[in-house]
Amino acid sequence: MNIAANFPTCALTAKPEPVISIRHLNHYFGQGALRKQVLFDINLDILPGEIVLTIGPSGSGKTTLLTAIGGLRTPSEGSLKVLGEELCGASKQKLIQTRRNIGYIFQAHNLMKFLTAKQNVRMSLELHNGLSDRELDEKAIAMLEAVGLGDRIDYYPENLSGGQKQRVAIARALASQPAIVLADEPTAALDKKSGRDVVEIMQRLAKEQGSTILLVTHDNRILDIADRLVYVEDGRLTDNYMAASDREATLPEARRPKSQ
Amino acid sequence: MKTPLAWLQVSREKMRLAVALAGIAFADILMFMQMGFKDSLYEAAVRPHYALDADLVLVNSQFETFFSVKSFSRERLYQAQGFPGVESVNSLYFGTAEWRNTETRMSRPILIFGTDPANPAFNIPEVTQNADRLKMFHRVLFDRASRPEYGVVPIFEEKGFLETEVNDNLVRVDGLFSLGASFTADGNAIASDSTFLHLFSERKAEEIEIGLLKLEPSANLQQVQSSLKAELPKDVSVLTIEEFAKIEKQYWANSTAIGFIFSLGTAMGFIVGVVIVYQILYSDVSDHLPEYATLKAMGYTDQYLVNVLIQEALILAVLGFIPSFFLGVGLYHLTQAATLLPIGMTTSRAISVFILTVIMCTASGAIAMRKLQTADPADVFA
Ligand SMILES: Nc1ncnc2c1ncn2[C@@H]1O[C@H](COP(=O)(O)OP(=O)(O)OP(=O)(O)O)[C@@H](O)[C@H]1O
Ligand SMILES: [Mg+2]
Repeated sequence: MNIAANFPTCALTAKPEPVISIRHLNHYFGQGALRKQVLFDINLDILPGEIVLTIGPSGSGKTTLLTAIGGLRTPSEGSLKVLGEELCGASKQKLIQTRRNIGYIFQAHNLMKFLTAKQNVRMSLELHNGLSDRELDEKAIAMLEAVGLGDRIDYYPENLSGGQKQRVAIARALASQPAIVLADEPTAALDKKSGRDVVEIMQRLAKEQGSTILLVTHDNRILDIADRLVYVEDGRLTDNYMAASDREATLPEARRPKSQ
Repeated sequence: MKTPLAWLQVSREKMRLAVALAGIAFADILMFMQMGFKDSLYEAAVRPHYALDADLVLVNSQFETFFSVKSFSRERLYQAQGFPGVESVNSLYFGTAEWRNTETRMSRPILIFGTDPANPAFNIPEVTQNADRLKMFHRVLFDRASRPEYGVVPIFEEKGFLETEVNDNLVRVDGLFSLGASFTADGNAIASDSTFLHLFSERKAEEIEIGLLKLEPSANLQQVQSSLKAELPKDVSVLTIEEFAKIEKQYWANSTAIGFIFSLGTAMGFIVGVVIVYQILYSDVSDHLPEYATLKAMGYTDQYLVNVLIQEALILAVLGFIPSFFLGVGLYHLTQAATLLPIGMTTSRAISVFILTVIMCTASGAIAMRKLQTADPADVFA
C-alpha cells in the first residue's frame, strides 16, 4: 500500500517527480528451502527534500529496504527507481553510479581509522571530478565547520568522541551534496545530547542543500524532525500509526506529516 | 591530488610497518646472500680464466671444466700461430698434484700451473714480477688465497721461503700471488713448464692444456676467431676468454647441485617474504574491512580498492628493499673479508632481488585480495 497516497497534502497538488519510487517490491534472502521473504509488496514514493523516518520492530526489514535503495543490494522482484534509475536488475556499474549520488550515514561511523577527519570527508568529495586539491580541502574544511568540527579537522577518529565521529560521518555523507541521504540508526551509539545534535545538523544541512533524507531509527526522541513517518512491520509498510506510535511513544507532531 | 590512501594506510601504524619492513628486508637479505654465494662460487671458478694473458684460447674441444681438463697437441698452437692477425702464442700446462703440509705431513690436492717463466701465461702482477724466480728448477709461486690447510703462508712470511714435497718431489716456494680457491682447487701454485713436466712425469711436453693466442692490435677478434674455427681441426675449440669462462660456469651450474642448492635457498627467502607480506596485507584488509565496505557503499569501485592494495604491496616492496640493499652490501663485505670469495653487490643482482621483491609483494597482495572481495557494502548497515 502506498502510504504517501493517504495524505491529502501529497495527493492534492501536482507533485514533483519522486526521487525514490518503489512499486511492488519483494526481497528474499537465501536459496531453495532456506529462502525467506523479508520484504513484501513495498510501495513507496519519496519526494525531493522530504525527511522521512522509518521505524519498526527489530528484524522487520528496515535495513534491507534501505540497502536496496542505496544500491548496496539488488532487490529480488518489483521496481525500485532511485533518481530516475531502475535498480531492479541493474548492472554493477549502475549501482556504483547510484551510490555516488547518495550520502550514507551508518550506525557505526565507519570512518577510515588511518585518515584524519578532513581526509575522510575528502574521500567522498574525490569521487566527483573537477575539484582541485585546494578546493577539495576548502570544501572538506567548510563541511567540518558546518558540523561544528572546525577545530578538529586534522584529528584521527581515535581521538574524537562518538558524537564527533558521527558528525564527521555526516560531513562526509553530505559533502558532495547528494540528492539523497540514507541513514541507518545514526544515533544508536550516541548519548541523548549528541544524538539530538547529530540529527539536527543532518536536518539543517539537508534542508540547506535540498537533500532528501531517509532515516531508520529506534530513537523516538528524534521523530519530530520528520516530515513523514514510515512504519515497517514484518516486511510490510503499514499505516497502522496508532499501534506503532503507541509502541514507539511517538511525539504528537510526528503523527501528522508536515507540509513541505 | 587524490588522497594517497595506500600510503596513509601503510604509514599510519608505524609498528606494523616496521615489522613488515623487517620481514621483507629479512627475505631480501636471504635472497641477496644465496644469490651472492652462488655467483661468487661461479666467479671463483673462473678466476684462472680471466687471469690468462690472452685474447683467444685453444682448448680440447671436449673442455667442460678445469676440474677434468683434457690436453691437446701443441701442434695446433703452431698452426694457429701462422694465421693472419695472430701476434704470438703461448701455452699453459696444469694438473692436480699432491702437496704436503710440512707441519702435519698430510697431503692435499693442489692445482699446479706450468708456464714459461720468460713469458708467463697470467696477467697477475705478482706473477709477472716474480716469474724470473721460476727459472730455477723446482721453484714455485704459491697462491696465498688457497685454503690454510696447505700450511704455507705463515711459514713463508716468517722465513721468506718454504720447502715441501709436491708429488714426492722437493720444491721450494719462492713467492706468493693471489688467485683464490674454487670448486676446482683448494689451492693453486705456479711452476715453470720444465718443473711442471718433472712433477708430472707422465706428461708429454707436446700435450698442453691451454693454448693462448695474442692478436695484433689491428686484428678483428671475431674474424680471427671464426677463421681459426673454420681452419683448425675440430679436436680444439677456439674461445674468447668470456666464452671460456661461460663454459666453466655452465658446467658448475648445470652438472652439479650447486646451482640447485642456492636457487632453493633463494626460493626459500622468496617464500618467507610472501608469507610475511601476505600476513601484513591480510590483517590490514581484515582490520579495515568495514571501512573498505564503506568505500564501496560510497561508490568506489572494486578496482579502486584492488589498486590500493597493489599500491600498498609496492610501497612495502620498495621500503623493504632499500634497507636490505645496504645491509646486503655490508654483509658482502664481511663475507668477502672472511672467506676471500669474490662476493659483492652487482647491479644486475640488485635488480633481480628488487624484481623478486615486487613479485613477492604483489603475489601476496593478490592472495589477500580474495579477502577484499568479502567486503560487502550491504553488510555495513547491518
Ligand atoms: N544477509 C542476510 N541473509 C539472510 N537473512 C537476512 C540477511 N540480512 C537480514 N536478514 C533477515 O532479514 C530480516 C530483516 O532484517 P533487517 O536487517 O532488514 O531488519 P531491521 O528492520 O533492520 O532490524 P533492526 O531494527 O534490528 O536493525 C531479518 O529477519 C534478518 O534476520
Ligand atoms: Mg537494521
